Amino acid sequence: MTKKSEPYSFVALVRKHPNSSVQAALWVALTLVVLVFPTFSSVYFVYMACLIGINIIATVGLNLTVGYGGLLSIGHSAFLGVGAYVSGLMWVHLGTPLPVNIIGGAGAAFLVGIAFGVPSLRIKGVYLAIGTLAAQYSLYFIFQQWASVTGGDRGLSLPKLDVFGMGETGFYYVVALLTALLLIAAKNLFRTRIGRAFIAVRERDYAAEVLGIDVVQSKLLAFGLGAAYAGVAGALGAAFLRIITPDQFTLIVSVFFLAAVVVGGRASILGSILGAVFMTLMPEILQFFLRVVSGGANLAVVIVPLREIIFGSLIVGFLLFEPRGLVGLIERAFGKAETFDSKPEA
Amino acid sequence: MHQFIEYSIIGIASGGIYVLAALGFIIIYKASNVFNFAMGEMMMLGAYFFYLVDKQLGLGWIIGLAGALGLSALLALAIERGLLRPLLGRPPVVLVMVTLGVGSILRGFAGLIWGPDVVQLAEILPRKPLFIGDLLIPGKLAWSFLWVGLLAGAFMVYYRFSKAGLAIRAASSDQATAEGLGINIRGVFSLTWVMGGMLATAAGIVAGSVNGVTPQLGLVALNVLAVVMFAGMTSVGGSLIAGLFIGWMETIVGAYLGAAWQNFLPYVVVLLMMIVKPTGLFGEHRIERI
Repeated sequence: MTKKSEPYSFVALVRKHPNSSVQAALWVALTLVVLVFPTFSSVYFVYMACLIGINIIATVGLNLTVGYGGLLSIGHSAFLGVGAYVSGLMWVHLGTPLPVNIIGGAGAAFLVGIAFGVPSLRIKGVYLAIGTLAAQYSLYFIFQQWASVTGGDRGLSLPKLDVFGMGETGFYYVVALLTALLLIAAKNLFRTRIGRAFIAVRERDYAAEVLGIDVVQSKLLAFGLGAAYAGVAGALGAAFLRIITPDQFTLIVSVFFLAAVVVGGRASILGSILGAVFMTLMPEILQFFLRVVSGGANLAVVIVPLREIIFGSLIVGFLLFEPRGLVGLIERAFGKAETFDSKPEA
Repeated sequence: MHQFIEYSIIGIASGGIYVLAALGFIIIYKASNVFNFAMGEMMMLGAYFFYLVDKQLGLGWIIGLAGALGLSALLALAIERGLLRPLLGRPPVVLVMVTLGVGSILRGFAGLIWGPDVVQLAEILPRKPLFIGDLLIPGKLAWSFLWVGLLAGAFMVYYRFSKAGLAIRAASSDQATAEGLGINIRGVFSLTWVMGGMLATAAGIVAGSVNGVTPQLGLVALNVLAVVMFAGMTSVGGSLIAGLFIGWMETIVGAYLGAAWQNFLPYVVVLLMMIVKPTGLFGEHRIERI
């Protein structure tokens, strides 16, 4: 009896040899594309790529908290703000180099996150959501009102950054490198005891406790790590935009990142990438589309509420119809049909 | 001191709005365990519904009130049946995210339909200020407080003594047993959402007739969550005290320190509350520490 051979297709090939040279080749190809991208594209596309990279970092961070940790945070943008202001202030007042600023921003966001997490994470339930709401509003208040340090509503201007003497392109490489590093770190986290503890706690906290996991510590770490990622993203964003204002860190922005996590796929690193790319490009496409339709009249009045409707609809729609997000859609298209509940860590 | 008393009275009077909205929130949470982040938006939309029927359709304020309550009841029912019913049994985080998304959608639609500017509601409350001794109380606030008190009182009587209220309480204390005893749990869910929507609308109309309505009213009304947490999530009576307290605190803080302090202090109070007494002021001991 001869075994029927599988149809020869790219997908089948990759799936048949999960760790083979095919996959390695794919990674090499992707790396090459990322490396040569700036030489072949306009300033606008490099700008968008930087923005996407920064948003990917923030989304992965939120996914550590929401997707893997099962904890709802609706104050993510406030931690971006902490990272941005701390790194910006270090830069302006201490003159430290970018890597130090980023580490400083991440550390500060981690600590601030823990400070808001401690009261609310001791209690089961949605208390963290309220705790993060407290963080959102009180940190915004500090950003806005402590004008002698943060510059208030006028914001904090930063000097121009020149990486490797390549200007914008150099910064693009910094973002790409950091994004890759942080993605690999997040991916590998769930091969370690700490990362697996997050999932165990999310699934059944009592069982996790019986297994010897310190539940509160694990939840705090899941939340703090998410905040630290946000800090990195905030520091990068500050260096990228060269101005920090309180209005970059509002509740709407937090909902934006939550939508990115849900749209991409909770508890999935690939999902965070897809979600961040989708959510970053969506307003641009919307704007382009509206400009074509309306001929440029009175856009600002329409675009803000339209964005809110679209963010909300994406969150609700994906949770209702495809809880695994875009990753789930893709896997289903390739014939992998597991439900979210049967394989949550996907 | 005189001024402080005046501010205090104003604050307590404006806290009445929180009491109504908090009641709506708590009844939904008690029955169906959904932590409803769209409560503020339901409040805001209720006020717009009133504006729509009363002024834009020109049907007068009596039909306006009835229409606003009816429309918001329909909206709440649609949210419950259409979006939350299919998600029954999923983790609470998912349900909360859905209500957050719903809130964003509602805010967007309000902005799209009625625009970002302040809309003034019909003057249904007398403007003439009241004097107690030589203390001045703005007329609108005093009358709104009276209305809120009447509505909250009526709701509590209904909740305590009607058969539906009993069913809600039964469902909140033990869903499985309540269902076993023949209570229609899904009916209870729908009923609590309808009531929650109507309470939110009443709160929204009262708030709107004092200060006008913008799509951002929903975000301001998010403070209701702080009230509810402060009261202890499940306590109907507690929301009364917590609502008045938060309203009072906001006004006092706003008057002496500036409006920027108003937004975040309620949440900080709640954060402190979590450290000291996680069950809230009057919460049942259902909360689990871990």
